[in-house]
Amino acid sequence: MNQPVNSADIHKAIVQEQAAQDRKKMMLNGVLLLLLLAAPFMIYPVFLMKILCFALFAVAFNLLFGFTGLLSFGHAAFLATGGYTTGYLLSNYSGLSTEMGIIAGTLAATVLGTGFALLSIRRQGIYFAMVTLALAQLVFFFFVQSEFTGGEDGMHGIPRGELLGFINLEDNLNMYYFVLAVFIACYLLVQRIVGSPFGQVLKAIKQNEPRAVSLGYNVDRYKVLAFVISAALAGLAGSMKSVVFQLASLNDAHWHMSGEVILMTLVGGMGTLLGPVVGATFVVNIEYQLSQGALRDWVDPILGGIFVLTVLAFRSGIVGEIQKFVKKNLG
Amino acid sequence: MSMIFGVPLAVLSGQLLIGIINGAFYALLSLGLAVIFGLLKIINFAHGAMYMLGALTTVLMFDYLGVNYWVALLLAPLLVGAFGVAIEYFLLRRIAGQDHIYSLLLTFGVALIISGVLVNWFGVSGLRYTMPDMFKGGVNLGFMFMPYYRAWVIVAALVVCFATWFVIEKTKLGAYLRAGTEDSQLMQGFGINVPLLISLTYGFGVALAAFAGVLAAPIYSVTPVMGSATLITVFAVVVIGGMGSIGGAIITGILMGVIEGLTKTFYPPASSAIIFLVMVLVLMFRPSGLFGKEA
Repeated sequence: MNQPVNSADIHKAIVQEQAAQDRKKMMLNGVLLLLLLAAPFMIYPVFLMKILCFALFAVAFNLLFGFTGLLSFGHAAFLATGGYTTGYLLSNYSGLSTEMGIIAGTLAATVLGTGFALLSIRRQGIYFAMVTLALAQLVFFFFVQSEFTGGEDGMHGIPRGELLGFINLEDNLNMYYFVLAVFIACYLLVQRIVGSPFGQVLKAIKQNEPRAVSLGYNVDRYKVLAFVISAALAGLAGSMKSVVFQLASLNDAHWHMSGEVILMTLVGGMGTLLGPVVGATFVVNIEYQLSQGALRDWVDPILGGIFVLTVLAFRSGIVGEIQKFVKKNLG
Repeated sequence: MSMIFGVPLAVLSGQLLIGIINGAFYALLSLGLAVIFGLLKIINFAHGAMYMLGALTTVLMFDYLGVNYWVALLLAPLLVGAFGVAIEYFLLRRIAGQDHIYSLLLTFGVALIISGVLVNWFGVSGLRYTMPDMFKGGVNLGFMFMPYYRAWVIVAALVVCFATWFVIEKTKLGAYLRAGTEDSQLMQGFGINVPLLISLTYGFGVALAAFAGVLAAPIYSVTPVMGSATLITVFAVVVIGGMGSIGGAIITGILMGVIEGLTKTFYPPASSAIIFLVMVLVLMFRPSGLFGKEA
């Protein structure tokens, strides 16, 4: 019974298993990357770009909601601010190269996000959600009344222009690979953030904020930083979206959009890296399929139904449930 | 005509009146939110939809069944309240032990379903509700014209607000409610049927919203989407006042309506944003809210 166990052997086994898992992950990622690179030859690139933009939006939101435990009901404000800023600059300054417009849009959302964060972290839990929703409504009113946004009509004909001054983005393939590159970079950034000591503190705040405080962490500073990063990435998603569709509209600023990104994250799996991406793909596809068929007027109630069902029956979301299943049966 | 700060007195008092009426609606709605929050610890994102249901039921009951205003004033809140009890019993209760964020999201989903389905049936253009005959016309107060119905709305809202405050603060039932807010487990231990109390509380909070909806039917355009924008404003009102006290919710609601009315008189472009701006100021200088106890 009592076999002598050599701790070095155990260590070796763990390292080997770790390496095997890493290899599996690498292979999976490689396959995914190949699929993404080949996708525009099989599926309409603009549709793919729509998914990527919303996936980035959801990934950004998830950093705050899934990893820090802060439910923002106002993320539409950042998406719209990024979109409008980029759209306005690219439409009115023809010398500007596209990436500068996108960077400017992201910066605008970052600044707005800082303001939101400093105000909203003064209240906790449920109040936090209400404050962010109300602040986003304020931003919505601003966009409705401003001249430059085109009000109810929206901003049309935003030029895609050229990337770095020589890559023509009017070409859908060029545009797609640009959006894909930005998306992957942001995804890796979030992955890095979540895995970093900073990310560990965020998770600690989510699990037990008073304990994080008692351990000496300046919780508010971490929350603000997480919020600002999330807002910046959401703004970047909005900026790219306005370039892809050459259009920025009030839809992006409406509270409905804030609800949609919550749904994407929840359905995909909050607090997982891949979840928001899966969720965004799912929701964008459902919306598209419904809009084509007999149920085109029933998109809202169906989304509401998915919301209710997810909350009641599978709170871990698609990715979360798969992870659970794998752990239970294969782990 | 007498002028105040360059604005005719009649215009100013007219806007003030509209402000007080809007404030009465804010008060009723935030009161319902506060009642629900007290026991269930959730923010009811379906509150705007319930307000809309109150107004819509009133219109439909009149159009199809000939139910008059007074009966609707009683029946609509009862129906919507019962609907609320069903939602609590069949949906909210299932996730009672989970993080409150989930119940909040659940009510959000419910609101999407309700307004989405009704938009398909009735469209987004407003339904009309004819004002009861006895409310037609008004009285000249000398400095302004006061329509009878608007006076009634103010009186009715104040009476219901006061009655709610009285029940919660001064009666035995209210004592149970307040005790449940403090420690519902202990109360269960004393033999009080807490799950039933929770269902009824949710139903009652929702019925308050429906009551506001009935009051709104003759003066606002009744559409399936009328609740959502109002609800967000009410959220701002709740953040300003804090949900610590019933009285605070009422006072803040009316105060915000008046401030909105004044803004409409003196600087119209800011009128839709003013309550949110006040919220920002409150968050900066008094983060727990005007009447709030919590951090």
